Amino acid sequence: MTSETVIGLEVHVQLATASKMFCACAVSFGAPPNTLTCPVCLGLPGSLPVLNRRAVELGIRTALALGCRLHPESQFHRKNYYYPDLPKNYQISQYEYKGHPPLATGGALSVPLGGEARAVSIRRVHLEEDTGKLVHDGAASLVDYNRSGTPLMEVVTEPDLRSPLEARLFLAHLRSVLQFAEVTSGRLEEGTLRCDANLSLRLPGQPYGTRTEVKNMNSLRSVERALRFEEVRQREIRARGQAVVQETRHWDEDRQVTFSSREKEEAQDYRYFPEPDLVPLTVDAGWIDRVRAELPELPAARRRRYIEVFELPEHDATVLTTTRPMAEFFEQAARLFPQPKVISNWLIGDVSAYLNAAGREIDDVPVRPESLAGLLRLIDAGVLSGRSAKEVLEEMLRTGRAADAIVAERGLNQISDEGMLTAVVQEVIAEHPGPVQDVRAGKDQAVTFLVGQVMKKTRGRANPALVHRLLRERLSSG
Amino acid sequence: MSRGPALPDLPAWELRTLYRRRETSPTEVLHEVFRRIDANEGRIHAYLFLNREAALAEASRWDGEVAREDAPSLAGIPVAIKDNICMQGWPTTCGSRMLEQFKPPYDATVATRLRRAGAILLGKANLDEFAMGSSTENSAFGPTRNPWDETRVPGGTSGGPAAAVAAGEATLALGSDTGGSIRQPAAFCGVIGLKPTYGRVSRYGLVAFASSLDQIGPLARDVKDAALLLQAIAGWDPADSTSADVDVPPFAERLTGTIRGLRLGVVREFFAQGLDAGVADAVRAAIDTCRELGASCEEVSLPHASYALPAYYIIAPAEASSNLARYAGVHYGYRTPEAADLETMYSRTRREGFGAEVKRRIMLGTYALSAGYYEAFYLRAQQVRTLVRRDFAAAFERFDALLGPVTPTAAFRLGEKVDDPLQMYLSDVYTVPLNLAGIPGISVPCGFVGGLPVGLQVIGRPFDEVTVLNVAHAFERATTFHAARPPLAHPKNSPSLAPRDGPVDREKRRAQTSEDSLG
Repeated sequence: MTSETVIGLEVHVQLATASKMFCACAVSFGAPPNTLTCPVCLGLPGSLPVLNRRAVELGIRTALALGCRLHPESQFHRKNYYYPDLPKNYQISQYEYKGHPPLATGGALSVPLGGEARAVSIRRVHLEEDTGKLVHDGAASLVDYNRSGTPLMEVVTEPDLRSPLEARLFLAHLRSVLQFAEVTSGRLEEGTLRCDANLSLRLPGQPYGTRTEVKNMNSLRSVERALRFEEVRQREIRARGQAVVQETRHWDEDRQVTFSSREKEEAQDYRYFPEPDLVPLTVDAGWIDRVRAELPELPAARRRRYIEVFELPEHDATVLTTTRPMAEFFEQAARLFPQPKVISNWLIGDVSAYLNAAGREIDDVPVRPESLAGLLRLIDAGVLSGRSAKEVLEEMLRTGRAADAIVAERGLNQISDEGMLTAVVQEVIAEHPGPVQDVRAGKDQAVTFLVGQVMKKTRGRANPALVHRLLRERLSSG
Repeated sequence: MSRGPALPDLPAWELRTLYRRRETSPTEVLHEVFRRIDANEGRIHAYLFLNREAALAEASRWDGEVAREDAPSLAGIPVAIKDNICMQGWPTTCGSRMLEQFKPPYDATVATRLRRAGAILLGKANLDEFAMGSSTENSAFGPTRNPWDETRVPGGTSGGPAAAVAAGEATLALGSDTGGSIRQPAAFCGVIGLKPTYGRVSRYGLVAFASSLDQIGPLARDVKDAALLLQAIAGWDPADSTSADVDVPPFAERLTGTIRGLRLGVVREFFAQGLDAGVADAVRAAIDTCRELGASCEEVSLPHASYALPAYYIIAPAEASSNLARYAGVHYGYRTPEAADLETMYSRTRREGFGAEVKRRIMLGTYALSAGYYEAFYLRAQQVRTLVRRDFAAAFERFDALLGPVTPTAAFRLGEKVDDPLQMYLSDVYTVPLNLAGIPGISVPCGFVGGLPVGLQVIGRPFDEVTVLNVAHAFERATTFHAARPPLAHPKNSPSLAPRDGPVDREKRRAQTSEDSLG
């Protein structure tokens, strides 16, 4: 009997707040070390935490988006352990035990998996603070506390996922929901979204097997690859009649393997207890209603709108609403160039191909919706051929320059001058009597060949529709 | 010749009157206080740090302002600050080697509020290390001695602030009270000590010992002064989530001087075994005085009071074990000079930086929170805490305030209990229940046993400091215990025991101060 793979995810989400979880310091990436700190996030003696209301609201949004039950009163706890990146030597988090619910529990996210929508259960949503960062400088270790106290939200699923692919698709979908809800920037590469996965195997109908926890996966692709590796590793262990060891394993992106971090899971005692410096967090119905009222449009609603308002095929609508930056890009471009399907074709086609190859997202590249609209206008006006446009787009994606500037610089303006093209057409007719004969004999594909010859002579700049007409006129009259 | 009290012995509200009449100045008062310090500090050791120049500069800034009617409430009044309260750029050692070199980059909220009220902050007063102890003998920088008898402790952990106020080395002082640390030293030193309701005063900038129990409060030489100081520091603070957004009444103005018709409960369990007979007599006499003043006094039982101390010694160390985890030598405070790896750095730093009592409590607390013990200890202690709180709530359905002793004995001898932690812990047996319940309590002098002061504890409903202060004030007006001053080395004059409630003898006082300032 083949074993079944069981996966549950713990997703750490950096909340898109202006300030930290328990102090007024700015949340920002890449500032000089230890410049975004204060007595609170440095854990100085006598300092006290004050909960960031905005972070709670983003947590409430998430709970609403995932259909979770929000608890009217939740509690923060201290997770006690020693590490230099943790200035208080405890992390303020929301631990789960009797009588102390986290912010929200018990939701579900419906995910298209294998052609059908499946509800993946959400166990809990809770809030916590991030640690600082260790910087190793030769023999010395330095600590940068800029990240210390950055608001995090943890979303924990039930072990409902059944394959590494499902895990990846779920994570992509969850990320999309959180991005559309404006809860997070959701970038695995930058660590604003981090995912730990628990994987175990079992025979169908049997209890769950021993699980391992896999960490350090910083792209959607590596989540799938790491879990695939882990799945095979566990299967082989079982095939050898050995027992899987419960442990934490790290994904090594370079070697494409998971390795044991040699942390003894049972040995760590975090001595959780209620955080006495914070009063219980109360979330009343009025607050929930206010947050619900300002909840941004989520991907499912947006997909429907794209189909109904922009009259896009379902496939296009789905692809464009996969990430929030792409959807935003599409809508802005559609406002400037009101041919949604044309924009969609370019975004799903050439733009996505470029992004996938570069491993980047639409808001990582310098091209703006205005410039894409500019390019499409040039094509529409017959100034630029579709073929030249691909070249121009490539440069736009790389440099962010405007389409017309690139066109002018490269001399790519389409030739729509009838006199100029007539001369070229006559040259081509004279040079290719065979195909000319074929056309006259009614073989239409030969026209395509002759058009191609004209394009070749004009380095692609000829207006193809005009070339077509001129050839037809010459050959039918001749 | 009978003369009025010296400037360092006057309460703040009287100094304010003299300032208004331009009969003295903050600078003059400060010089007198420093003379008192110079004459006595060598034996008493109330301070860990004195900031004379800053204080004198501040005083001279106030000299021209204090006569104004709209001068703030504590303008020109010298105040000592317990050394576990952060002040920007001043040492804040918590009486520990661990923080010997630590200077916070920020002011505690109470320090900001005191400056705004015009107070002149003199320096940082001694305490038991990280506010753990009952005698100030746990200070890494040497004990403070009781001004009434230098062979005895001043109590703790606010021993420095209490001794400073008793000895006239400060007019007022801020202490902190986690299990009795304001009230017990106030009782031992014969001054007023008030632990406000939990949440009444911001803890922002108070170095945490046990966050759910800690509260900053005033030490003063009379009740009106305690009310003035409380008023200056009380009130909601957005920087402390546990501070309460409730109105701050004008405490000093609300002192009526009468307790006629008030229903007072006498806590039966506080007169059980272990209470010194002399202390019991003094407190019983004080209760009789309250009766004579027109209050009804009846016995009331707090059935779970006897479980408060053991519960406290689970909860407080548990919170401390986490609060003190940050002292590990990473980015401030003491770090062991040599350590090959991180683990060694942590353990050596903490072994060398902390004293024995602090380590004992960290271990107790770590144990109480450990997996498998949490339910049996921490959770059980929290349940006891709920029962203690309910006991008080039930008592306050029948009574407006409760009375009892502050401590089982008067000040004990230095060294008497240092090797017996349990005996030491028992000196907080009547004060700890209030911290567990989060309610206010005051210690007001109510007699002497063998020449040592005894305190009466008045306990109130949550946020009803007005009644607590009022009972203490009425008692104080009817007695003279608070006016007694310890036998100190005065710069020129012999100690004065004249009652101070009457009008100040201006001429005599002026003669004395001019004489002193010339000397």
